[in-house]
Amino acid sequence: MTDTTVQTKALSRNQWWDVWDQFKTHKGAVVGGGFLLFITLAVLFGPYLWTLDPQRLDIRAKDMRPIYTLLWDSGAKVSWGHPFGTDNLGRDTMAKLMAGGQVSMAVGWVAMLLSIVMGTAIGVVAGYFKRFDGLLMRFTDLFLALPLLPLLLVIMMLFRDSLRKSFGPEMGIFILIVIGIGITSWMQTARIVRGDVLALKERDFILAARSIGTSPRHMISRHLLPNVMSPIMVSATLGLANAIITESALSFLGLGFPSDFPTWGKLLFDATDRMELYPERVIWPGICISFTVLSVNYIGDGLRDALDPRIRGR
Amino acid sequence: MTLMKRAIGSALALSMATMATAERGSDGDVKIIYWQAPSTMNPYLSGGTKDVDASALVIEPLGRYDENGAIVPWLVDEIPTVANGGVSADLTSITWKLKSGLKWSDGSAVTSNDVKFSADYCMSPDGGCAQLSRFGGVSSVDIIDDLTVKITFEKPTPFPYGPFVGAETPVLQAAQFANCMGAAAPTCTDANFNPVGTGGFVVTEFRPNDVITLKANEQYRDPAKPAFATMTFKGGGDAAGAGRAVMETGEFDYAWNLQLAPDVIAKMQEGGKGVPIAGFSTLVERLMINLTDPSSELGNERSTRKHPHPFLSNINVRKALSMAIDRELLREIGYGPAGKLTCNVVPAPAAYASPNNGSCLTQDIAGANALLDKAGFAKGSDGVRSKDGVRLSILYQTSTNAVRQDFQALIKQWWSEIGIETELRNIDASVFFGGDAGSPDTFQKLFADLEMYANNFSGTDPQSYLGRWRCDNIPSPDTQWQGENMPRFCDPAYDALHDKLQGTGDLEERAKISIALNDMLMQAYAIIPLVHRGRLSAHANSLGGVNLNVWDSEMWNTADWYRIK
Repeated sequence: MTDTTVQTKALSRNQWWDVWDQFKTHKGAVVGGGFLLFITLAVLFGPYLWTLDPQRLDIRAKDMRPIYTLLWDSGAKVSWGHPFGTDNLGRDTMAKLMAGGQVSMAVGWVAMLLSIVMGTAIGVVAGYFKRFDGLLMRFTDLFLALPLLPLLLVIMMLFRDSLRKSFGPEMGIFILIVIGIGITSWMQTARIVRGDVLALKERDFILAARSIGTSPRHMISRHLLPNVMSPIMVSATLGLANAIITESALSFLGLGFPSDFPTWGKLLFDATDRMELYPERVIWPGICISFTVLSVNYIGDGLRDALDPRIRGR
Repeated sequence: MTLMKRAIGSALALSMATMATAERGSDGDVKIIYWQAPSTMNPYLSGGTKDVDASALVIEPLGRYDENGAIVPWLVDEIPTVANGGVSADLTSITWKLKSGLKWSDGSAVTSNDVKFSADYCMSPDGGCAQLSRFGGVSSVDIIDDLTVKITFEKPTPFPYGPFVGAETPVLQAAQFANCMGAAAPTCTDANFNPVGTGGFVVTEFRPNDVITLKANEQYRDPAKPAFATMTFKGGGDAAGAGRAVMETGEFDYAWNLQLAPDVIAKMQEGGKGVPIAGFSTLVERLMINLTDPSSELGNERSTRKHPHPFLSNINVRKALSMAIDRELLREIGYGPAGKLTCNVVPAPAAYASPNNGSCLTQDIAGANALLDKAGFAKGSDGVRSKDGVRLSILYQTSTNAVRQDFQALIKQWWSEIGIETELRNIDASVFFGGDAGSPDTFQKLFADLEMYANNFSGTDPQSYLGRWRCDNIPSPDTQWQGENMPRFCDPAYDALHDKLQGTGDLEERAKISIALNDMLMQAYAIIPLVHRGRLSAHANSLGGVNLNVWDSEMWNTADWYRIK
């Protein structure tokens, strides 16, 4: 009885199970995946459990230390009402971390999706259709030469008011930052995808598909895209990390979102003045940013191994 | 006379102190950090303190204010007064006599023609001079002889020390700026970046919005000064970085305007490399209410008098904004001992401070709510008031600075309690105060509903300062967005009263009129004062001769600075 079930399962086994099996062997990737899942759930659902308003000022409760400060300083000003402490205006750090995480993660995911879609489209078209190759790749070079921060500053100056009017201050800036990061980070993906498509095009199975008259649309969707999935997923994870860091850098420079709208980068920026007195205000957002980025990078590493059939099973 | 004695006395004391090193250029390099980077060396083209201060290193006025607010002679031997005959008995003219033997840094002689030229330069009709209010009422500037120049006013001017007293109105070299009159002024970048001056230092390289390198002026009138051979004037960064660079790491010798929370300053001072210094002048952190419509749909007519603001033109709304603010808490959080409470835009000197506006000192949320209810602004389902489809939603801008962002957050919360929605925006200080007519984010353009910053007047007489809020001082596209009437306040009665101030000689009467003018501004709630700030700077322990002057440029006596050995 038991034997047969195992047998059937093995027979109908999807290839993604193999990928998963391989992925599981990469310890870093599993831990990273767990952490990413945890932090995503925490920022998404945390505010429902921890209902303090991150923008609510409470001057009487300002400059609270995190609860663990009691371990070495029994006289510290702490409260179970604010387990991670409060800032100099009495805003709760834990609530701010969760609210900031939502924004930072949202910016990261959306910008990453945007850059992956653009990069893949341009890479596949450039690799498959020879006549577009030169044009698109020079276009890619052009974008690679654009410096991100000055470009974002200019975009912000030009479009801030009109976007703010149509979408409101926070959503307007969100769209601006996401588009800014998206259109300045698709180039690596495009280059990698184009390279892979060029190599695949010479393979026999493509030749066979072409000989039976497969249209370019089906060629791309059935034969090319599935085979370049692995580099795309890897660059997607790197793109996510990159977008979170860019958003943090922008916020750290005091650009981007309004000053009372927390993001991880902004929390870091606000805390630098009192870094020595209240190190936890720098440490926590810093940990959130770097651990998220690190875990995403590990996932990318694990995915690369798992998606490569030559490594799989070894 | 007593002024002269004191000046000589302090000069003697200084020369005693520096006896061992009384030689020009013997003390190497001095490094100054301004966290707002200067964008020009010509104060006639920018009202920003950073630009005025940078220019004060190189170009100088005829007389200036000392650290006590008294006028001292600078490029002249004595300050003209009625007593010494320098000011005519009918108060319509003032005659300045330059020191003999003064040389520009290029070796040519300073003459009365340069003084006349500087006045003409600023008063040139299409120039958009940032210091025009200081030349208010001047009818002509005439050359008497090579060293003597007579400024004639349209009517009796009891305080004739507007032009050429204080760092804002220095003397420019006529030969250098001859082709830069009027609309051509901003195009003369070479002259604006490397002015020929009489001050202790000469620009060797000017990088706008970055670093200025200077060297000692070989032609400086005191052969033993300046003690420093070179100066590096670094601009940019933020106040915290500047404070750290002086007090904790000792990389710089002088840091300007450390607008940091009191606990942060105290922590930095523990670094032991430098000390903070403070002085109270007339600096007031204030909200400037835009009385005109900043809506971007208006294109070129944005924030101009053509379109009144949809709801801030209603005085009850402005009054409610002011009533909701707890100024004591702002002072405590933001400035501690470096701040005082005030309800006036002219908070000092004592004789000019109005006693009539004390009610702002207590926060009155309930009163503000009642006022808005009475004015017909009803709270909607989201808690934001509106009337006839106009929502009380405010865009509140200021420069990027931790204390200002804290203020923004606090004030936003109070305003939300009276049903006013606030969107915060902070702009890099170099851009905000940069005065660049090409940027939409300058404090002159005020493409927002209100903005917060601090300003003061040099010297002790508020006449030209109060002149900023006259109708003709409103920044607009016609004036290349120059002008200092940010609220776009325009009241003929105010202008008339200010005209009267210009014609009044009696000091008591002047104080009375100044107070009345201040009260008009305050009771119109065009300007909402928040905190009377002290100026806080820091210098390295090894930097001697620093004398924090809150009445003039902080860079007023850099020629006297030396290294303590």
